[in-house]
Amino acid sequence: MQFSDNTFIIRAFHVHKRYGSKSALVDISFDVCENEFLFLTGPSGAGKTTLLKMLYLGEPVSEGQIVVDGVNLSRISRRRVPFLRRKFGIIFQDYKLIPTKNVFENIALVVEAVGTKRRLVRKKVNSLLRTVGIEGKAKAFPPSLSGGEQQRVAVARAVAGNPGIILADEPTGSLDTESAGIIFNLLKSFHARGATVIIATHDIELIRKTGGRVIVLEQGRVQAATTIPKLT
Amino acid sequence: MLHIFKRAARDIRTNSFLNTVAVITIALSVLLISAFALFFINADALMTFWTEGIRIMAYVGPDVPEKETQQVRENIRRMAGVQEVRFIPKEEALEQFKAQMKAQSSLVGNLKENPLPDAFEIRVAEVSRTWENFERLAEEIATFPSVEEVEYGQKWLGRFIHIFNLVRLTGYAMGCLFFMATVFFVANTIRLVLYSRQEEVEIMRLVGASESFIKDPFYIQSLIQGALGGIIGLGALYVMFNFVAGNWKLEIGDWRLGIPAVDFPVPGFHLRFLPPDLSIGILLGSMLVGWMGCYVSLKQFLRL
Ligand SMILES: Nc1ncnc2c1ncn2[C@@H]1O[C@H](COP(=O)(O)OP(=O)(O)OP(=O)(O)O)[C@@H](O)[C@H]1O
Ligand SMILES: [Mg+2]
Repeated sequence: MQFSDNTFIIRAFHVHKRYGSKSALVDISFDVCENEFLFLTGPSGAGKTTLLKMLYLGEPVSEGQIVVDGVNLSRISRRRVPFLRRKFGIIFQDYKLIPTKNVFENIALVVEAVGTKRRLVRKKVNSLLRTVGIEGKAKAFPPSLSGGEQQRVAVARAVAGNPGIILADEPTGSLDTESAGIIFNLLKSFHARGATVIIATHDIELIRKTGGRVIVLEQGRVQAATTIPKLT
Repeated sequence: MLHIFKRAARDIRTNSFLNTVAVITIALSVLLISAFALFFINADALMTFWTEGIRIMAYVGPDVPEKETQQVRENIRRMAGVQEVRFIPKEEALEQFKAQMKAQSSLVGNLKENPLPDAFEIRVAEVSRTWENFERLAEEIATFPSVEEVEYGQKWLGRFIHIFNLVRLTGYAMGCLFFMATVFFVANTIRLVLYSRQEEVEIMRLVGASESFIKDPFYIQSLIQGALGGIIGLGALYVMFNFVAGNWKLEIGDWRLGIPAVDFPVPGFHLRFLPPDLSIGILLGSMLVGWMGCYVSLKQFLRL
């Protein structure tokens, strides 16, 4: 089988994940095309977060193979892992903002880590803050922000390294309709600019509103894979 | 490069409590070790100062013909470690004696004949001025048949030097122990700093920061801590030194110009502070300790 297929940005072959004796993912196979807008859904504990972790090597797979952008993750050297992760912009379910650094520093960290020229960092961070509409909170520390504001910082940080793939884990989870709409529109705009977007959510309304391919997980298995048409 | 320093400085500020603890740990260790060094340097200097003044006196027996006296002098001069041999005829010795005993001049003046012997004053070459050499030379000179008696220095000094050499050995051993203890303590303190930043490091990894991007500020930070600790430790020692030496000088500038020398109860002897090259060595050493502490805990704790 040829692993390096350019139209597929991600390919998963019979992926299993076990935590001790407990199976979190069972025999999962799927492909993601470049610039796709894909939903991952299912009840709590179905394995959505776990599956996303497999993609950026947040955890090693127990069995099976995953190929990202032509790179087989089971053969990647430790030194290359940071480069793999820079292909992804990740919005974590629990945000994972650094509490001891302010908003600006949290975002600057990624901008710097991908090797942006020093003098461009400030400009880039400020423009990101404007994009997500929290330029007034640059000096605030994450614990002092509301959930929606933290979510926006997380989005800004996720796209700070100009990633090809955006992984969003419950990006609208704890937000009111308006904030959720803002975040969601941001994700759509990154998609429009060419990014592949994978959203893990149990917000069926959200899926209905947009339409697109959906992978439904249940107890670690792919329950269904369908394409839902956009509501009109 | 400058940017990494800025990041490190920022990290130090955000973690100021633990970082202060780390700096104080290093400072105390530097203080302890350099106090040891200071003690031994001055004790050594004092030994040298004392042995410097030592002359071996060899007294020639009565009725030794002058020709033989000359021969003895030649023999002594040719011995290893001898720098200079001065012949002191008994007339000169008597003059000296009279000058010293002016108050009792009547007593001395009444002497019908000179009771003092001819003598040789032997200076030992600088490189050979160890107590063992004095003993060896004196013993050897004493075997000459025409030499009646040999004298050198005070016996207590010999015993003192002997004891001091033992103390010095213990001092070296303790210095090594302190050094290892310091690395251990510093590693543990830095590990606490890392522990408090574990989440941050984990997040940085997840967003694709390279290992060196994460590690470098830690190394710079611990080098800065090592340098700060070293400067504080040495500074504290300097302050204490001046205090103990009873000659408090405000001008720090003195230190740059040379080794500050302060009077000590021993007349003519000057206490000195650590020479600049050793101070710099200690400073570099404390930076090395910081670096090693960082290396050890990064390896163990973050598996970086
Ligand atoms: N680190 C872990 N150690 C042990 N078990 C884990 C670990 N992470 C996840 N699990 C288990 O794997 C299963 C899937 O968890 P996961 O977080 O992927 O679910 P999820 O679909 O993201 O749920 P939610 O919608 O609540 O976020 C759960 O049963 C969970 O208990
Ligand atoms: Mg989850």
